[in-house]
Amino acid sequence: MSEITSLTLYELIKNIKEKKISSNEAAKSFVDRAEKSKKINVYVTENFENCLKLSKEFDDKPNFDLKLPGIPIAVKDLFCTNEVRTTAGSNILNNFVPTYESTVTQNIWNEGGILLGKLNCDEFAMGSSNETSFFGNVQNPIAEDLVPGGSSGGSSAALAANLTPVTIGTDTGGSIRQPASFTGTVGLKPTYGSCSRYGIVAFASSLDQAGPMSKDVKDSSILLEVISSFDKKDSTSIDFKRNNYSSELTRNIKGLKIGIPKEYRIDGMPDEIEKLWKKGIEYAKDCGAEIIDISLPHTSYALPTYYIVAPAEASSNLARYDGVKYGLRSSGKNLIDMYEKTRSEGFGEEVKRRVMIGTYVLSSGYYDAYYLKAQKVRQLIKQDFDQAYNKVDAILTPSTPSSAFKIGEKSNDPVSMYLNDIFTVPVNLAGLPGISIPAGVDKNNYPLGLQIIGKPFDEQTVLNIAYSMEEKINYKNNITDWWMK
Amino acid sequence: MDEIMSKNNSEYLIERNDNVYEVVIGLEVHAQVTSNSKLFSSSSTKFGAEPNTQVSLVDAAFPGMLPVINEFCVKQAIKTGIGLKAKINNKSVFDRKNYFYADLPQGYQISQYKYPIVGEGNVILDMPEGQKQVGIERLHLEQDAGKSIHDIDPSNTLVDLNRSGVALMEIVSKPDLRSPDEVNAYIKKLRSIMRYLGTCDGNMQEGSLRADVNVSVRIKGSTDLGTRCEIKNVNSIKFMQMAIIYEANRQVDLIEEGQEIDQETRLFDTKKNETRSMRSKEDAHDYRYFPDPDLLPLDVTDEFIDKLKSEIPELPDDKKKRFIDEFKVSPYDATILVSDIDTAKYFEEVVAKMGKNRDIKLAVNWITGELFAVLNDKNIEIAQSPISAKNLAKLINLIKNGTISGKIAKTIFELMLDGDIDPQIIVEEKGLKQESDPKALEALIDKIINDNREKAIEYKQGKEKLFGFFVGQAMKVSGGKANPQLINEILKKKL
Repeated sequence: MSEITSLTLYELIKNIKEKKISSNEAAKSFVDRAEKSKKINVYVTENFENCLKLSKEFDDKPNFDLKLPGIPIAVKDLFCTNEVRTTAGSNILNNFVPTYESTVTQNIWNEGGILLGKLNCDEFAMGSSNETSFFGNVQNPIAEDLVPGGSSGGSSAALAANLTPVTIGTDTGGSIRQPASFTGTVGLKPTYGSCSRYGIVAFASSLDQAGPMSKDVKDSSILLEVISSFDKKDSTSIDFKRNNYSSELTRNIKGLKIGIPKEYRIDGMPDEIEKLWKKGIEYAKDCGAEIIDISLPHTSYALPTYYIVAPAEASSNLARYDGVKYGLRSSGKNLIDMYEKTRSEGFGEEVKRRVMIGTYVLSSGYYDAYYLKAQKVRQLIKQDFDQAYNKVDAILTPSTPSSAFKIGEKSNDPVSMYLNDIFTVPVNLAGLPGISIPAGVDKNNYPLGLQIIGKPFDEQTVLNIAYSMEEKINYKNNITDWWMK
Repeated sequence: MDEIMSKNNSEYLIERNDNVYEVVIGLEVHAQVTSNSKLFSSSSTKFGAEPNTQVSLVDAAFPGMLPVINEFCVKQAIKTGIGLKAKINNKSVFDRKNYFYADLPQGYQISQYKYPIVGEGNVILDMPEGQKQVGIERLHLEQDAGKSIHDIDPSNTLVDLNRSGVALMEIVSKPDLRSPDEVNAYIKKLRSIMRYLGTCDGNMQEGSLRADVNVSVRIKGSTDLGTRCEIKNVNSIKFMQMAIIYEANRQVDLIEEGQEIDQETRLFDTKKNETRSMRSKEDAHDYRYFPDPDLLPLDVTDEFIDKLKSEIPELPDDKKKRFIDEFKVSPYDATILVSDIDTAKYFEEVVAKMGKNRDIKLAVNWITGELFAVLNDKNIEIAQSPISAKNLAKLINLIKNGTISGKIAKTIFELMLDGDIDPQIIVEEKGLKQESDPKALEALIDKIINDNREKAIEYKQGKEKLFGFFVGQAMKVSGGKANPQLINEILKKKL
């Protein structure tokens, strides 16, 4: 039954509802394939036995009214899962087993989803290549020794390798969209406040947002419908009327105005990205959209702003990992010594770098020059989008300035790594919804993505544009299962 | 001793050589908000529970846990602000104060830094020489930390997180206090206001009220502020006063020796009665305050504030004014009666139960005299008074309507203590009713005059002080029950 694993979520649900495939058959297929796919290293923690057991229970007492009836799903290891180890890709949480469930994953289980396992990611979601994970690199299923993007690299790889029908990631500066772009998959970062942050290991609280990752746009709409909910346990969760994203999904985008921001045409951008963008504009026109040139004047400040705000919040969010209450504790002669040893051994280089940056920008004497200024610039970036949205319904940009790179290629050059986020970061700073869809390939046949950015809470328009462009683009991943050979 | 403390007023001055120094004090009071649950979680705040039994995942800062503001605590802070006649800010912001400590699970304390919920206000102190206004700089909400216990295990520190996340109000005064006496009055007044409002129980033994004391000295008459030292976390008024006296004298000594005072944080050692340096300004923590991204700014509307204003009970200053106006109580007595809400409640209940023929002066005397003596003696609060307001009112009425004499009343009062017994019943059972029948008293006095004829003659010859002897005899023979007023009248007539 190798075809089961290549089905889209929509097709799998249909087959299960029509009793052509049982939940247990589906679970078995994904587990079997995972057993043969250890080489790409997507799983930090497998939940296979339990998944098989729960799928059988579902089949014994099926409920086909659920939105994800008996669907096995693997999730990023940043979501706390009750009684299943949750590491955030870090040694410091290597032994941490939560007694609680994140709201987003709970929403999935409530609709019939079954946990397959916890997917590798950059440590505390800090990274763009999954190379910062304590649990090792993840291979991009597209080609050997290629990074799958990050931080949701295990998620994007699992999806592209047909190891899960859909998955969820988190996106602080591009951590859903960039890995989606690198693996020829779809990744949606919803509006800040759509999906509860409760039970998600925090990186940068004002930017973190969970979102669906899938093989196609329709699947993302199905999963978004499940995970997006107002949650009183998260003070930044917003109580707005959520659409029935999947049933309202339409390819009719005639007359929608799509903005093309000139500031995203950055110096040194590879020709193939420029070409992809142009092609995307043509597709959008073919779909009946009207193309309008716009300006987002503060774009060039977004990356430096992000690399002040995110580390600042992270430096404080990660203070709780001190060896006192849970997780790793190294022994020390006294409290301070214990802290130093625990955090030195528990955190990897990239996390330490960001904690240092964050501590620096918040320290007295530097706060005004860095953090406060960054917050002001953040407002300007937000205003850029507000003004643009007076003229357009959505914005089209490339997802990343390049395709996937080789493992190790950029790991010693943090700044060049940070540049990966240049097109995705402004969206987080402004709290907007953004989707990356596969739109073509580069000279190496590595996938490239286009990003559609929407108005706040207007995920539906973002999905509709992506849905109609997806049909015109007609992208197909060419995965050879090289890791099984 | 070249130190002089002016006792006739509340001023505290230190004389050294030819210089007279005054002490300038500002207080940061940490008052635990009266609330069933914590500031950002639903865990119980009950005092005295087993260690780590009142700790939620949020309080222990588990990964992915988020704070959610407890609206009741916000209301309590606003009410307190209203009680301090302070400006309530429509918008306030929660910040993170970052530092590492074993009993601080998040690695930061959620507090309010730049934008507190309550702004400037004031408190009136009733000092012996008159009223004094003390400015309030601000009031903000923050989380308490847990407790580190160093003395149970020889090699480990144990942590109890029950207190972690409990809501505190930090009330910052302006540097308006000038003496240990004023600090005493200020803390008591704050406590009184918060107890009236029900926003803090003010229980210092349980740590519900603690203060950081900022002390500096300057030549009396100077308007410049000296370099201050902050004495951390002092948990009783007595210790605050001791710490201030020690610290002020230490600073004056330094100045007189020509030395500089270092701005630093100090600890008060209650056993040695001295303050000790904890950390200097150079070693001060950099708390890296920034707005907590897990919490939205706190918006409170004017309607919300107005509604809380309408729920504010009569506060001590207004109550005092009313007691003076309505009950003709002296300002001195009124201050005592309103100082604690339970005393005020007790007094008002006694007044109410006395009914139409009430004697307020008598009631005040009995409460501040006999009753307070008993409470002091038993070391209990008026809320635990062994005599109810109802029965004390009855006793006072019995005096007022002449059923018993004041002297007998004291005997009855003693008997009432044993189970709050109705004084009327005691009077009847023990036959303590005052003898007010003129005929019976006349017969009694006739007998006394007869028995002491010589003294009666001496009196008639002008030895007037013997009158007291006859009154005494009458009281003695009657077993104290004779109505003293009637005795007087009859004696005058008969002698």
